[in-house]
Parts: sequence; C-alpha cells; structure tokens
Amino acid sequence: MALETTTMKKDPILSVEHLSMRFGGLMAINDFSFEAYRGDITALIGPNGAGKTTVFNCITGFYKPTMGMITMKQKSGKEYLLERLPDFEITKHAKVARTFQNIRMFSGLTVLENLLVAQHNKLMQASGYTFLGLLGFPAYKQASKESIELARHWLEKASLVDRADDPAGDLPYGAQRRLEIARAMCTGPELLCLDEPAAGLNPRESLALNELLRGIRAETGTSILLIEHDMSVVMEISDHVVVLEYGQKISDGNPDFVKNDPRVIAAYLGVEDEEVEEVIEQIEEIEGGQGGSKK
Amino acid sequence: MANIASTSASAGSDLTARALREAVFAGLISLGLFVLFVGLKTDQNIRNELVLNQRWGLLAIFVIVAAVGRFLMVAYIQPAMARRKAAKAEAEDVVKEETFFKRNFSKIAIAALILYPPVIVALVGVQGSLKWVDNFGVQILIYVMLAWGLNIVVGLAGLLDLGYVAFYAVGAYSYALLSTYFGLSFWILLPVAGILAAFWGMILGFPVLRLRGDYLAIVTLAFGEIIRLVLINWTEVTKGTFGVSGIAKATLFGIKFDASKDGFAALMGLPMSSAYYKIFLFYLILALALLTAYVTIRLRRMPIGRAWEALREDEIACRSLGINTVTTKLTAFATGAMFGGIAGSFFAVRQGFVSPESFVFLESAVILAIVVLGGMGSLTGIAIAAVAMIGGTEILRELSFLKAVFGPDFTPELYRMLIFGLAMVVVMVWKPRGFVGSREPTAFLRERKAISGSFTKEGHG
Repeated sequence: MALETTTMKKDPILSVEHLSMRFGGLMAINDFSFEAYRGDITALIGPNGAGKTTVFNCITGFYKPTMGMITMKQKSGKEYLLERLPDFEITKHAKVARTFQNIRMFSGLTVLENLLVAQHNKLMQASGYTFLGLLGFPAYKQASKESIELARHWLEKASLVDRADDPAGDLPYGAQRRLEIARAMCTGPELLCLDEPAAGLNPRESLALNELLRGIRAETGTSILLIEHDMSVVMEISDHVVVLEYGQKISDGNPDFVKNDPRVIAAYLGVEDEEVEEVIEQIEEIEGGQGGSKK
Repeated sequence: MANIASTSASAGSDLTARALREAVFAGLISLGLFVLFVGLKTDQNIRNELVLNQRWGLLAIFVIVAAVGRFLMVAYIQPAMARRKAAKAEAEDVVKEETFFKRNFSKIAIAALILYPPVIVALVGVQGSLKWVDNFGVQILIYVMLAWGLNIVVGLAGLLDLGYVAFYAVGAYSYALLSTYFGLSFWILLPVAGILAAFWGMILGFPVLRLRGDYLAIVTLAFGEIIRLVLINWTEVTKGTFGVSGIAKATLFGIKFDASKDGFAALMGLPMSSAYYKIFLFYLILALALLTAYVTIRLRRMPIGRAWEALREDEIACRSLGINTVTTKLTAFATGAMFGGIAGSFFAVRQGFVSPESFVFLESAVILAIVVLGGMGSLTGIAIAAVAMIGGTEILRELSFLKAVFGPDFTPELYRMLIFGLAMVVVMVWKPRGFVGSREPTAFLRERKAISGSFTKEGHG
C-alpha cells in the first residue's frame, strides 16, 4: 500500500477515463481507465487480442473512441482532450508521439531524411510556410541546420549515425525499430507511445532498446507508454504496469505487484478447473483489501 | 605455376571443343529446320505449273550463320560476358569516379538548349529552322514542363493523377478567354493562368483526399473529362468545339513579332520571318521549364517537399509525425496544377488557337507515360523520356525513306503509336524504374548517396 500512496502523489500526464471502443457488435475496450504518470515508463500488457493496440489507436487519434475521455496534461499545465483532436494534431499540439507494431518507415528516404520529416511542423514555421524559405530567407537555413543537428543527436543516441545516409529500408530490423523511436523523438514529444518496441528483437537488441528508452527518459524527461509482450523488457524498465484482458483492466500497479497478481497469472497461464474457486477467493480478498484502503 | 597455366590452357581447349561441338549441333538443327522452308521453294511458272526451285546456296548461308553464330557465342561472347559481370561485381566496392559529362549533365544540357536555336539557324537557315525549333524544340519543352509539373503530384507525392491535362486546359483557356474578352497581356495572364489552375487543382483535391490508388486514378480521370466536356458544351463562353481562335501573341517588352514598322524584325533590321517568334517562344518555354525544375529542386529540400515524399512512402506514418496530410496533398495538387496551367497558357499563345480537342485523355496518358518512363521523381530522367517520346514520335513523321524499304504503300505515321507502344514496353522491361530509377537524397550527414529505386515506393494514392 506504500506504493499506492507514492503514486497518488505523482502527477498524471495522461489520464484515460471510462474509455470504450465498439467495432460493430464487438466491444474491443470496455470502460477502461488508467493513468500514466509524468516521467514514468508505463507498460500496457495483456494477452493477444486484449485491445492494447486499440487503446493506443484511441490515444493517438487513429480511432475515435465510442465513449470516454482521454486527457493529456502537458508540463506547462495545458490540457488537451485527445479524443477530440484529429490524429496529426495530437502529435503537433498535444505532443504525443507514437510508433507502430509493424514498423512504418519511409523506406525510400535516407535515415537522416526520416528524422527531418519528423521535424516538419517546426521547419514549416521556420520556412514561413515554404514561401520565405523558397526565397532563400536565412531563418530557414538556420532552422535547417538546427534540425540536422537534432537529427544527428538522436542518431547518436540510437547508434545509427554511421547509417545516416543510407535508405531506411536498407537497415536491419532492429535498427529500424530504433530509428522509428528516434524519429518519434524528433517531434519533441512529452509522451512517447511505443507499440511493441521489442517485437522481433534478439536479446542483445532488446537490451540496447532498454538502454535507449532509459536514456530518453533520463535526458528529456519524456514519459513513455509502451505495449509489450517481452516480459524481460517490461519488468526491467517499467515503473508502472497496466494489464488488459478482453478490453478490461484486470491489474494496475508496479511490476512486482502485477507479476504476483493471481488475476494476471490466470489471464496469462489459464487456471485448472479445480483451482478456479481458489483464484476467485484470492481475487475477492484483494479487491476487499483495495476497497478498504481506498476508504 | 605450371599447373595453373596448364589448367587454364586445357580450359581454353575445352571451351573451343565445346564451342565446335555446339556449332555443329546448331548447324544440324538449322539444316533440319530450314531444308524445307528455305532449301526448297515452290513456284508457279508462266504456264501455271508448280515448279520446285532449289536454293541450296541460301540454305548453306542460313546453316553457316547458325553454326558460326553459335560458335562465337559459346567461345567468345559468353566468357566475355561472364568476365565482365565478375569485373563489375569486383568494381562495385571501389568508388566510381563519375565522368565529367555525367557530373555536369544538367549544365551541359541547359547550355546546349540555349545554343540550340542559333546553331539550327546557322545550319539550315532562318526559314529551315522553323521545323526544328517549333516542332521539335518547343513541342518537346512543353511536354518536359508538363511532365515536370505532373512529377510533383505523381513522382513526389505519389498521387496517381490521370486527369492532369485538365489543368493544362484550364491554363490554355484562361489565357485564351481573358485575353480575347478583356484584352489582358500575356505577361499578366501567365501567372493568372497558373493561379487559376492551382485553384482548380485544389478543387479537384478536396473530393479525392480520402481516395487512394485505383480509386484516385478513376476520379482524376473523370475530372479531366468533366473539364473537357464543359469546354465543349459551354458554347456561349468557349465557343464549343470551334475553339477560341485569334488569340493575341506574346510580346517582348512590348515589341510585337509582326511585319509592322515597330515589329521585332524591322527594329532589328532583319528580314521578316515567323521564325523569330518561334525562337522567342523557344526561349520562353525553356525559361518556364527551367523555372519548374528550379522550384521542384528547391521544394524537395523544403519541409513541404520532404512531406510529399514521406506521403508517398507511408501516409499513416506521416500523420503520426504530426503532418497534416490534407494540406500536404492539396499543396501537391495545387503546385502540380499551377505548372500545368502555366504550360497551358504558353500552349495557347504558341498555337493562337485552342479547342477542346487538344485536351483529350491521350494527352494525360502521354504525360504520365513520360513521368513513369523517365523514373518517377527524377527531373533528368523525365527530360530524357520527353525527348525520346515526343521527339521520337516527331521523328517518325520524317521517316519517308522507309518507303524504299517497305514499299510505297508504307506510311510510317500509321505505325507511330505501334512503335511508340513497343518502345515503351521494351524500356519498362529493360529499366522497370524508368531511365533514372534512383533517388537523390535531399540532405546528408556525410556523403550524398543515390538511393536505389528498389527502396522507394510508387505511392498508393
């Protein structure tokens, strides 16, 4: 319970309240609420088909939720209701960046160009919406130089600087994953949403990924929300884990708490018929305990 | 050492033996094949009798050609090609020193184009230059400019537009109508035509924003037809199929190109000729085409140009990076349409006459074919493709000497489209990504490396 009191003090960056998403007759997410705290690495886990990516798509505006409210609170105190913003404005104004489960690279552009595209809005302003830049005003040249420096910075972080001038499609899989994260960071986000960043990585690469994510948080203070199946990544780096099953939250807490939650174990491993009673008892016990502490 | 030498010598004699064997074999096969086709020929003689002509000499030639050809192929050409392939594979690691010509290709090409009219005039005289400057020079440059304009939409942004000729028509009619009804000058109407076409580009852009690929192509195709049908049927304004004629010519700082006392020829003290106007038009379209190229090159290095290319690669990723894909698509349509419109108003001033017949779907198809053939996104490739396609079809008009080969009934003009289509198929098989398939990156950290066409996408709407 000590943990709960510390998280209470924390400042939520993203709060999802009563989120529901219905596809025809299928309730993909059903009354799902959670909070991600500023500066934390929050992991969203759950068995296949639990609705994790749907939650992501709702947060980043690719789906409009059927019900619910998603509030993004920036450092400056500005609040955005993400369910009301079109997808590109969520990145542009609310400063939430995302990556994709199946990597989406601009494969025909170079690695560097990929990172420059990510700085589109900033450069657009600097170039006076193209017109001043076309006439050769120095403001754009300056901004252009700065954008390349920022790109170089993130390439160094992602150890891709040697491949900067190669086409992104030519990179090996693990490097593409890192590039996608570097590209998302170039938009200058306050919340970075990663959809299965460790999928398909070998153990050495996922270790490097852990380093990269920790480095991002330490350096920029960016909060991270990630979906992950690789428990070595989740348990290693996340401060806060939310478990989703059949569109509903079944557990929420620090990694150790979640790891030992009987509901989570039941969801992942299944329960023998004769043990069902026992598990239900355990769950009721915990819920009673939580209810007591809340009062 | 001796061992190696002996093995290579034995390999050489092996090869010759194999080549001889295969040559004999090929000779036998061709003998068997041709003995009845070529060796014997049935003919009717004057009394309507069937006679058998024996052509053993011709048969021998066929057999010898087959045998010798096979021998050369096996003994020399195949080993040489294998060696070349191996050498090429080795050389790939070595940085290729580009030749002077290749490095400065665009500069040389521009200089050649600037020198083209005076050289032609010097070679074939003022009157003789008409055909070369107008039919070849101006005609090709119009298509170069149109293809460069369409390249922004198709090559960079990856939006397949089959109705590009609509903007060409908008530009041409803008100039034709505004100059005949309001008497405005060409130099004012040139940008106006561009702006109007850009405006129509946006109008087309809005309904097709949600469409991709095939669907986008169909709607743009329909849009092109709508514009043409409006031009045909709105007879009070456009005079329908009769077209607008007597369109005012362009002037050079107020100097007219006519036979009057203060016309260009009289002022310069030259004999009156329409060739001067054509040469003036040549430089005008050259300048406009170069402007298109310059703006395209500049735009590619601006955020908007990079966003276009990113849009071609992956639209969803673009949105996830905070790029407004709606405005990005609309600016691509508008910019492409603007250059189409400017080219259109030039077309009107060059012809002095516009009618809906100039803006049929085939024109859109030809412009798109130039873009695809040249290599989507590559200005140099597209220019080469325009020269090959438009210049090629013009050249086919000139091939009357073929009558000597195929008989007096042969008209090369009739075979233009056939040859044209065949040539396109051959080029696309030979170079599936167009003449220039690689992409120049717009920024680099250490060195600029061309990106192979296998990585870039064609776009999906």
